[in-house]
Amino acid sequence: MSLQPTTLEELQSIVKDNQGLLPIGGGTKPALSTAFNGATRLDMSRLSGIIEYEPGEYTFTAYAGTPVRTIVAALAEHGQYLPFDPPLIEQGATLGGVIAANTAGSGRYRYGGVRDFIIGVRFVDGQGQLVRGGGKVVKNAAGFDLPKFMVGSAGRFGAFVDVSFKVFPEPRAYVTLKAVFASLGPALEAIYSLFTAPNEMDVLDLESLDDGRFGLLMRLGGLSTALPGRVERLQAFLNTKTEVLSNEVIQAEADAALWQQVNGFSWVPDGSHFAKVPISPKRIPLLENVLLSLNPSRRYTAGGNVAWLAVSDIEQLDMLLNKLNLPGLVLFGPPGRPFIGPRPGVSLARRVKQALDPSGKFLEI
Amino acid sequence: MDHQPFFAALQRIYPKERLLTKGVQLLAYESDALTSFQTKPSAVVIPESQDEVIETVRLCHQFGVPYVARGSGTSLSGGSLPIENGIVIALNRLNRIKKLDPEQRIAVVEPGVVNLQISQAADRYNLYYAPDPSSQSVCTIGGNVAFNSGGAHCLKYGMTSNHILGLKVVLADGEVVEFGSESLEGVGVGPDLIGLFVGSEGLFGVALEITVRLLPKPELYRTVLAAYNDLETAGNAVAMVVASGLLPGAMEIMDRLSIKAAESAVDAGYPENAAALLIVELEGESEQVETEFEEIMDVIKESGSYEIRVAKDAEQRLRIWKGRKGAFSSVGRLSPDYVVQDGVVPRSHLGKALAEIDRLSQEYGLDVANVFHAGDGNLHPLILFNGREEGALEHAEELAGKILKMCVELGGSITGEHGVGMEKRNYMPAMFSEVDLETMKTIRRQVDPKEISNPGKMFPGGEAPALKMTGMHPLEAKGIISRE
Ligand SMILES: Cc1cc2nc3c(=O)[nH]c(=O)nc-3n(C[C@H](O)[C@H](O)[C@H](O)COP(=O)(O)OP(=O)(O)OC[C@H]3O[C@@H](n4cnc5c(N)ncnc54)[C@H](O)[C@@H]3O)c2cc1C
Repeated sequence: MSLQPTTLEELQSIVKDNQGLLPIGGGTKPALSTAFNGATRLDMSRLSGIIEYEPGEYTFTAYAGTPVRTIVAALAEHGQYLPFDPPLIEQGATLGGVIAANTAGSGRYRYGGVRDFIIGVRFVDGQGQLVRGGGKVVKNAAGFDLPKFMVGSAGRFGAFVDVSFKVFPEPRAYVTLKAVFASLGPALEAIYSLFTAPNEMDVLDLESLDDGRFGLLMRLGGLSTALPGRVERLQAFLNTKTEVLSNEVIQAEADAALWQQVNGFSWVPDGSHFAKVPISPKRIPLLENVLLSLNPSRRYTAGGNVAWLAVSDIEQLDMLLNKLNLPGLVLFGPPGRPFIGPRPGVSLARRVKQALDPSGKFLEI
Repeated sequence: MDHQPFFAALQRIYPKERLLTKGVQLLAYESDALTSFQTKPSAVVIPESQDEVIETVRLCHQFGVPYVARGSGTSLSGGSLPIENGIVIALNRLNRIKKLDPEQRIAVVEPGVVNLQISQAADRYNLYYAPDPSSQSVCTIGGNVAFNSGGAHCLKYGMTSNHILGLKVVLADGEVVEFGSESLEGVGVGPDLIGLFVGSEGLFGVALEITVRLLPKPELYRTVLAAYNDLETAGNAVAMVVASGLLPGAMEIMDRLSIKAAESAVDAGYPENAAALLIVELEGESEQVETEFEEIMDVIKESGSYEIRVAKDAEQRLRIWKGRKGAFSSVGRLSPDYVVQDGVVPRSHLGKALAEIDRLSQEYGLDVANVFHAGDGNLHPLILFNGREEGALEHAEELAGKILKMCVELGGSITGEHGVGMEKRNYMPAMFSEVDLETMKTIRRQVDPKEISNPGKMFPGGEAPALKMTGMHPLEAKGIISRE
């Protein structure tokens, strides 16, 4: 069954009259957005559109069903952007989906992820009530920070109606530097030394290449006149402080195309199961070891702090993650079990579930 | 209620020098930096280990005894005010930095670690902990977590919540939970429990261990000081900088009264006769900052400033900041007493908000000094009064309330960083509906069914202790800390 509210009131009465609801935005993350086991699709796409955008304030409020694409276009007109690079934009990801899944692309390295930019939320809880948390200003310490809590909530606590974000001025130009290392070890060492270096980067991605080699992709954003000097300096740093084999500068359209590809997950092989795994860089060698037999397509974003793994079988990955004590979130794969690996803190999450959705209108957390 | 069995159990955990029950011993814990509220607790316990905290919370739950966790007691909103017939859990001795990993840029610390100590420990790796409340030389990371504290340099990289990656907490009913990780992604999977806990003002339980992220120290600062003939033009200059698309690390404004006070207290060398000063600071990689600096100078030159100064070296920069960071305690010297508010307005309404504060100041016949985080619209009006005059405190509080309501009417918030605490709880309904507040309370009761963890704070209603006026926070009077 699928229900599609077009107004807040409709949404409220749907929640009051139904069970087993799964709110769905653009459906771009099928493991999270496919209804299963008799669950009811709650299609949020009609609650869409920008409600308020004041460029001078660097904040906006929009219905949760708004495609991120619409937001990105409106912001771009004023030289503004969502610094955390929400993925799957071209494919139709909505704001609500990005929040519920907590998906951020490579740009999350510098200024943070979804949680660091959301400032307000209104949602319909399991009792059909409209609840607001946060507000519309960039700084606000009043009440529990429900907007942040909702990041990663996977539609289990209520259906978002509208959300407010703060945004930043977009860097006027970008350049990407791609450096190649003989193996994982020296690539990680390079990350560690870059972590305490003065060089500022918007992106620091680690990718596995052929023959056991690894690449580091460093994207620099800023004023175009300063960029050539900053790139040269970064190259000098890599040459003197790391065991870099070679490096290449990627600019203009090639740079834009590269990151569109990365953040659109077009590098993920068709039909594979795909998961996000928060990790710390020092645990990457452990993960790499156990992944050896699967040899998945993979990428580490945010300076080796988030692993994106494309495997053929999510069950197997679940087992491995449990062994390594790493939680994971499935984006592409069979519906029904988006959370794999251990679930730290889930007992606290369940208490909040009990408060917001006592009769279980939305799916189990 | 009969506390005897409860105290007997406490005595089994704590030796008597760490279980304070006598009047004089309790005196120092009667209030926080909002000294107009005072309550004597039944006892103060001083744990030295996480296990002692856990056992204490479990006893409180078992016997239904309310408690308040306390760091350094610098809360400006009555957040760490004791509960009548309750105990204070003083966390200053839980002050170990358990891990500092420069390669992953993280530190794992106990809640009693002082904010500045993290940066000091990280300094030799060229790293620092970014959120910088003016009280950072005394306030604890546990208090920062409870209040999601901010500071002058939170414009670019955010408040406390944006820098917390992992937490271990004992919930109010004694369950110990851990969430988040050493990953920059923090919780990353499932609802953001860190987001929920940070800023919860001690209503869920006690933070026992905190993983924070560190940042590389900015290579270069460029600090510009611009003087204006009126406050509104300075406010508009902020809007111009924001509109230019540059992202400064800090953007602060001081008005005439606070400039005068700062000058007389710390000789900051500010331009004379200014009605308003704007401080803009760029920070980051040198090439980028130098280029941004050229652009920002063009903007400021256009903004109607009559005198622009640029800090030539680290010493001049520090002098500018010394005046700014010490402004409130300096203002405090001009007046026997004051209350400080912390409302937020949309940045484009700064000029309007300041004009309204000025009008209210005249209407109430009370001087109001303004020193604030202009970059994010976070006002800090400081209302001066004489507590020895009958009803003066109530008069000042009434003016403060009008300012808060104005902030909400302009689309802002009643608090940007000081928290709701005891002081602003009656203004919560101006911001949130009954359903919103009831929902927050329901969440609280799920975590704390007996409502023993810092009860009486954040939510409207309930008994408030009578207001008293006793002047500055003792540390402030000594000039160790200053309000921002
Ligand atoms: C002069 C001065 C300047 C200030 N400047 C700023 C500023 O620039 N920016 C800003 O944001 N604030 C500022 N403050 C306010 C204050 O310093 C902050 O709120 C700070 O975070 C409080 O820390 P504390 O250790 O003193 O906490 P306390 O006052 O002891 O406690 C504050 C709250 O935290 C709770 N708490 C403490 N430890 C824990 C724990 N481990 N687990 C759970 N809850 C806990 C308490 O119960 C209480 O509710 C200033 C205060 C003063 C006096």
